[in-house]
Amino acid sequence: MLLLLRYDSRTVKQPIISRTTLKTGALINILKAEVGARKGEIVIEVSDEKAMEVEKVLKEMGVEVVELTGAVVKDDSKCIHCGLCISICPTEVFRFDEDMKVVADVEKCIHCGTCVRVCPTNALSLPT
Amino acid sequence: MKTIDEINEKIKNGDVCVVTAEEMKEIVESLGAEKASKEVDVVTTGTFGAMCSSGVFLNFGHSDPPIKMKRVWLNDVEAYTGIAAVDAYLGVTQVSESRENYGGAHVIEELVSGREVELKAIGYGTDCYPRKEIVTEISLEDLNQAIMVNPRNAYQRYKAATNSSDRVLRTYMGTLLPNFGNVTFAGTGEISPLNNDPEYRTIGIGTRIFLCGAKGYIIGEGTQHSPPFATLMVKGNLKDMKPEYMKAAVFPGYGVTMFVGIGVPIPILDEEMAKFTAIRDRDIVTEIIDFGVPRRDKPVVRRVTYEELKSGRVEINGEEVRVSPLSSLYMARKIMKDLKKMIERGEFFLTKPVERLSRKGELKPMRQKEIKVVRSVMTTAITVSEDTSIEEAARIMINRSVNHLPVVNPEGILVGIVTSWDIAKAVALNKRGSVKEVMTKKVIVTHPDEPVEIAARKMEEHNISALPVVDAKRRVIGLVTSEDLSRLVAR
Repeated sequence: MLLLLRYDSRTVKQPIISRTTLKTGALINILKAEVGARKGEIVIEVSDEKAMEVEKVLKEMGVEVVELTGAVVKDDSKCIHCGLCISICPTEVFRFDEDMKVVADVEKCIHCGTCVRVCPTNALSLPT
Repeated sequence: MKTIDEINEKIKNGDVCVVTAEEMKEIVESLGAEKASKEVDVVTTGTFGAMCSSGVFLNFGHSDPPIKMKRVWLNDVEAYTGIAAVDAYLGVTQVSESRENYGGAHVIEELVSGREVELKAIGYGTDCYPRKEIVTEISLEDLNQAIMVNPRNAYQRYKAATNSSDRVLRTYMGTLLPNFGNVTFAGTGEISPLNNDPEYRTIGIGTRIFLCGAKGYIIGEGTQHSPPFATLMVKGNLKDMKPEYMKAAVFPGYGVTMFVGIGVPIPILDEEMAKFTAIRDRDIVTEIIDFGVPRRDKPVVRRVTYEELKSGRVEINGEEVRVSPLSSLYMARKIMKDLKKMIERGEFFLTKPVERLSRKGELKPMRQKEIKVVRSVMTTAITVSEDTSIEEAARIMINRSVNHLPVVNPEGILVGIVTSWDIAKAVALNKRGSVKEVMTKKVIVTHPDEPVEIAARKMEEHNISALPVVDAKRRVIGLVTSEDLSRLVAR
């Protein structure tokens, strides 16, 4: 499961990820992290079984936790199947099918949003 | 040997043999060119790519009282109206004056989709055209003529793009990731019209083509025609076009363009034409060029075939790099199939060109008065060593009235830069010590032969006001400041 963590300047100095792992024993994969002086935003991947526990521990430290359920969405009425997104996506979500149509294997999506800005016909979006 | 007339007779009788360019490769491979040329009459080719050099001529009809348009806007996108009173040319890359990510291509798409657009025009008033201003709504059917005329379409092949620099580049070749992060390419290779008739025997002025769902015509070689990077100038009636075969697009950081769908039928007159249409992606060679160098002549990273590009991965410097097309192979295939059906149903006949396209062409650079380079504007750099004290640096700045001190090692090689701002900050924070502690270590530099426009863009991008000028060994040989550059403009 993918979780989006948001936290403010009070929490930014704490080792929230290590602490969560030590407390829960959960293996945490960081997919995206933007941490500045005043706030931080991290996307992590944890196993479904551990997700509840991880969420609880993080919330105790003052971290806002949002479950990321919807992956990137491709609007097929706008997509012209050029394939520009294919080489941009870090996890290779997009590929051509046998008809040379662009298809998205959305379970690989890590919500980085790079493709959204790249698509020339504005066919890609990330649900918020 | 067959003639176009004989092929058209077959189309009329309903016994013409039409295949797509993809099917033709297989047929020639199994039957051989001679036999294939007897079996097959027409090969359809297709492409669907971003073609910036496209647009439409529009005639709006006369208002009452009439106006001689001096300037005209459609949905706030300006069209060129230096042609008579109510004629205008709307180019696809023209951007809206009020709306982001909207331009000429979008206006054309709206018109073809049956939607109304706002027309706004101003004139200067004459005895015959007294009106000075008009605002109204128009749709495609209100126009007397709407003729798509594209000066440069359907490139035979195109240079592929990559990026050696350390930052993301937003280009007309799409987004290019840093450090050779990806490659993008345009064109459809072995199914692209001009690659299937490389000597332009059957493709020429007057050739009837499929243009965005309508019947169109080739009206000559396109601008920048330079075989084997040949191009076509085409026209077609916008009123007959279908929205599914064109698409307004925005390349982030570059601008607006339009994907244009073109299909060209190629008559298989003889064995040679069968051979031509059997061309494979592995035989079509282009180059990958480096957009990390913002110059007209970009360095070639390597040669590459369309087969490698279409495989989705190419090797650059021993590493596998992922590749994206910019043209839609799915749509190109659809156009080939649709054109095939139109011919089979007797709705589309072939034409004999009245003149062939030139097999020669030269892509000349722009004649410029001079290319101003950094060497001509740079000044002497006052450099300091890393162990210079902050106070000493401040004194040098005041005495020499400069704001930037490149920091060099004993060999004269650049290791950092301190600005008057860095010194002021150090003083405010009560910092003592040497410039080493307050200098910026990652210095943006320029070179003596770099055009000043590129140096100016570097300063603008990084929000800085000076660049040390270094030689190939990174030795400091000068400094160029934003004041030096603005003096150039002021002259």
